[in-house]
Amino acid sequence: MPDARSPMAPPRSLVWTRRVVLGALTAFALAPVFVMAVSSLKPLQDVQGPFHWLPSHLTLRPYRDIWHTVPLAHYFLNSLIVAAGATVCSVTVAVFAAYAVSRHRFRGRRLFSLTILSTQMFPGILFLLPLFLILVNLGNATGIALYGSRGGLILTYLTFSLPFSVWMLVGYFDSIPRDLDEAALVDGCGPLGALLRVVVPAAVPGIVAVCVYAFMAAWGEVLFASVMTTTATRTLAVGLQGYATQSDVYWNQVMAASLVVSVPVVGGFLLLQRYLVAGLTAGAVK
Amino acid sequence: MRTTRITAPAALAAVLLVCTTACGGGSSTGGSAQGGPEELTYWASNQGSSLEADQQVLTPELKKFQQQTGIKVKLEVVPWSDLLNRILAAAASGQGPDVLNIGNTWSSSLQATGALRPFDAKAFEAIGGKDRFVASAIGATGAQGKDPAAVPLYSLAYGLYYNKKMFADAGIAEPPATWDELVADGKMLTKDGRYGLAVEGGNPSENVHHAFVLGKQHGADFFDAAGKPDFTTPGAVAAVKQYVDFMAADRIVAPGSAEYAANQAVTDFATGKAAMLLWQAAGSSLKSHGMKPGDYGVARVPMRTKDATGPTAVNSMVAGINLAVFNKTANADGALKFVKFMTGDDEQRILNAAYGSLPPTKAAQSDPAFATPDLKVLADALAHTAAPLPQVADESQFETAVGTAVKDLFADAAAGRPVTTDSVRTALQKAQQQMPAS
Amino acid sequence: MARPALPAQHGPTAPPLGAPRPPQKRAPGRSPLARILPPARLRRAWLPYALLLPALALELLVHLVPMLVGIAMSFRQLTQFFIGNWSAAPWAGLDNYRLVVDVHAPVGADLLASFAVTCRFTLLSVGLSWLLGTGAALLMQDAFRGRGLLRTVFLVPYALPVYAAVITWAFMFQRDTGMVNHLLHDQLHLTGERPFWLIGDNSFAALVTVSVWRQWPFAFLCLTAGLQNIPRELYEAAAMDGAGVLRQIRSITLPSLRPVNQVLVLVLFLWTFNDFNTPYVLFGRAAPRAADLVSVHIYQSSFVTWNFGSGSAMSVLLLLFLLVVTVLYLAVTSSRRKDA
Repeated sequence: MPDARSPMAPPRSLVWTRRVVLGALTAFALAPVFVMAVSSLKPLQDVQGPFHWLPSHLTLRPYRDIWHTVPLAHYFLNSLIVAAGATVCSVTVAVFAAYAVSRHRFRGRRLFSLTILSTQMFPGILFLLPLFLILVNLGNATGIALYGSRGGLILTYLTFSLPFSVWMLVGYFDSIPRDLDEAALVDGCGPLGALLRVVVPAAVPGIVAVCVYAFMAAWGEVLFASVMTTTATRTLAVGLQGYATQSDVYWNQVMAASLVVSVPVVGGFLLLQRYLVAGLTAGAVK
Repeated sequence: MRTTRITAPAALAAVLLVCTTACGGGSSTGGSAQGGPEELTYWASNQGSSLEADQQVLTPELKKFQQQTGIKVKLEVVPWSDLLNRILAAAASGQGPDVLNIGNTWSSSLQATGALRPFDAKAFEAIGGKDRFVASAIGATGAQGKDPAAVPLYSLAYGLYYNKKMFADAGIAEPPATWDELVADGKMLTKDGRYGLAVEGGNPSENVHHAFVLGKQHGADFFDAAGKPDFTTPGAVAAVKQYVDFMAADRIVAPGSAEYAANQAVTDFATGKAAMLLWQAAGSSLKSHGMKPGDYGVARVPMRTKDATGPTAVNSMVAGINLAVFNKTANADGALKFVKFMTGDDEQRILNAAYGSLPPTKAAQSDPAFATPDLKVLADALAHTAAPLPQVADESQFETAVGTAVKDLFADAAAGRPVTTDSVRTALQKAQQQMPAS
Repeated sequence: MARPALPAQHGPTAPPLGAPRPPQKRAPGRSPLARILPPARLRRAWLPYALLLPALALELLVHLVPMLVGIAMSFRQLTQFFIGNWSAAPWAGLDNYRLVVDVHAPVGADLLASFAVTCRFTLLSVGLSWLLGTGAALLMQDAFRGRGLLRTVFLVPYALPVYAAVITWAFMFQRDTGMVNHLLHDQLHLTGERPFWLIGDNSFAALVTVSVWRQWPFAFLCLTAGLQNIPRELYEAAAMDGAGVLRQIRSITLPSLRPVNQVLVLVLFLWTFNDFNTPYVLFGRAAPRAADLVSVHIYQSSFVTWNFGSGSAMSVLLLLFLLVVTVLYLAVTSSRRKDA
């Protein structure tokens, strides 16, 4: 995009500062990615000895072995299901709640907003045990196995994704001109129609941003996953520990697996980054 | 802009699609204790080189059990990093396996939670009697005076592994029998970036095992007769200091091992970076690192004097894995049948041979397959000079507190800070204060 | 943002449940009944609650009830002896609280030390993340070749799954076989001896490094977004008045970013302060003293020593602290905003 602000070239000192600082930041940001990629192509002896920037010889074996040392594909599927489930649940619920908070005045609105804001500050550790107990008791009472199931894990992930989603979406909805949904209401849409046909389409960037955040947070979560899953439902965050076995830590496989599980989220994130900027501008910032 | 406008809704649609499948499969798993009488859930600890390897060892055996009894066993191999948490969760929720492996040192702690079914006389009768087991292994199954919370499944003990070639090159004929000899040999072996001894300084469990054994040799127990923590007796302080001094004063341990917590000590030994290693049944690990059985020897863990006898003649903890029955199992009979099967002499031979451990049953242990020179050393230690870790309810906390204190002392030593009797006592004092007040 | 008085806009598709139904054939605004009970208000009165219902139910389930359970647990003597039957655990009154706030006794002293470490860690991490994020956002305000690519590159640390990234850092921080010491010691010869990063005092620096590495892209993203909202005319006017780059940053950019910063710093603070994943994956269950963050400390206190009562008491205290800080922060920054 053409820059309207500086018709003249920026001063040399600025250009050099920029090069140095941005170069250093690039190295900082990418160093682990580099280590991950290089180490995943090394034979096991290489990663057990002193570090070298390049492999003694290239091997793709770690990429073959990762699927056998632990059932990675299975963990992958679990993570996908749990992260997607948590995302969809929290964003769907949040859209309605945020619409109510943004467009309506009602008794308890302030209380609700405060609750949403303050629950975001709660440390996950506070909820771990109580939630565990509640899931167990709820499971015993209803006969639906919640503890150890993917559904139960999705529920616990709402502790962090739901308040954030509501909060972001309230901000985003506030930034959408009221005239839009009022026009829809005048046109004979119900409030729900106005929400689904006018507000939601206008809020797509914000919704996408919230989805990405919720998905990533669930994809990377360790604490709940380590207590609330069984072998059948174990997610990647816990499953990756399986490469450290009784006899060895297969660092080359750890790195290969880390790279493999990162590709989908990083790819999706970078694809959608335009929305993230737009979503954050209006959402978090307002 | 055009493309992103399309991608976002498409991505949303995809996510929705995935969710619908998610909700379908969401609640398929859960408490298995309620499983029918024809099914058992078994949590096995990770004994082999990977979770997969354990599956391969155990699955055919479980099939055999199914053929014999008609009971299907659902196997879950739980990594060590998860096992204790999973057991606690099972205890708290009542939803867990029917039969499970526990580290034998946890027996008393878990016994106190009431989550494990006591092996009373009747239960022992159902699995063929208490006398079938080696006495020392039975000693690590729960607090004294109570019915055991578990029965031994795999037994292990510490041995001194030494690199034959490095010893020969340094002109050392015999493996050391006392700690003084070990330090002297270690100093001769420490040169050119190689070290005399490999330790796992960042691993609290390893630390506490050695602290305990050295403590015994110094006449110290970490608990007094009433079962109260007593970490700062002169013997305990001397024991911990002696262990950390291998790095701090004697300098026969690589400073880098202060952060080892994932069995790097074995790697160092296998790759010739260290000449000695104190470990339990390292054979299969060493093999996986490419070290041949002829390259190393196994000797008894040293004592303070050559002819030590009596209560201070201890050179190993009773290490091993116990098999327990979950208290809330809906199929206690089946569970006991399974315990009987697993501790039966045939299975004991097969499984312990596969894992390189010793069978805790007398009949199986006398099998010639376990009479290799290395295993004989371990069996001898187990029979005569091994002591179980304190069988008290707070054992698990003891492991964490003292193990971490030793880890911190190693960190000090590695950073070049002095490790003195005072600093060791202070560290142990702090560890003791972290123990539950009761 | 006062709610504009909406016209009677309810659609025929949504008759309110339970509310008196105005006669269908008449125009709602005109009915005599409606004059007494304005239907618009009536009809809308239930709507927000209906919209909120799922969120409320879930909030209740995942936050409020667990919180109450947690508070109840903090008043009980919940040790391993009662783990199978929680309700049988004896009431402890304020014992757990007394235990964890007594800074002269080891438990309280450890908690205080851990709290101090967490505060220092949070300040440093948030400060550095903000600094790097602001710097990068400002430097990338003007278009130049490769800017889009660079922006993508900068977002990578934030996009990587936490455990994958942190496990890689743990690998890099290993003393003898890690990349960090290879670079600092073997190649740049900056250190006399190979330093430890995962144990001892340096572990704090390692933790801050990883945390900043993960967080600064988020600051960068938010601030980039914020910068795009500043009207160009402001800069043009300032440039015409002869203001230099630094002057422009000080008098236009930073003030305009204040609302962004207010939220950004708060969010970063809460995320960093409560961070469990990073220290847990980096150091394992027992973090070194220098990097013993409160969240891991509580985890350790509850799970490793099996004393869930005192662990819950610590959680409750932590929560109170965060509440106070957040309220104060919002009060201070909001009033400043009004003054400005």
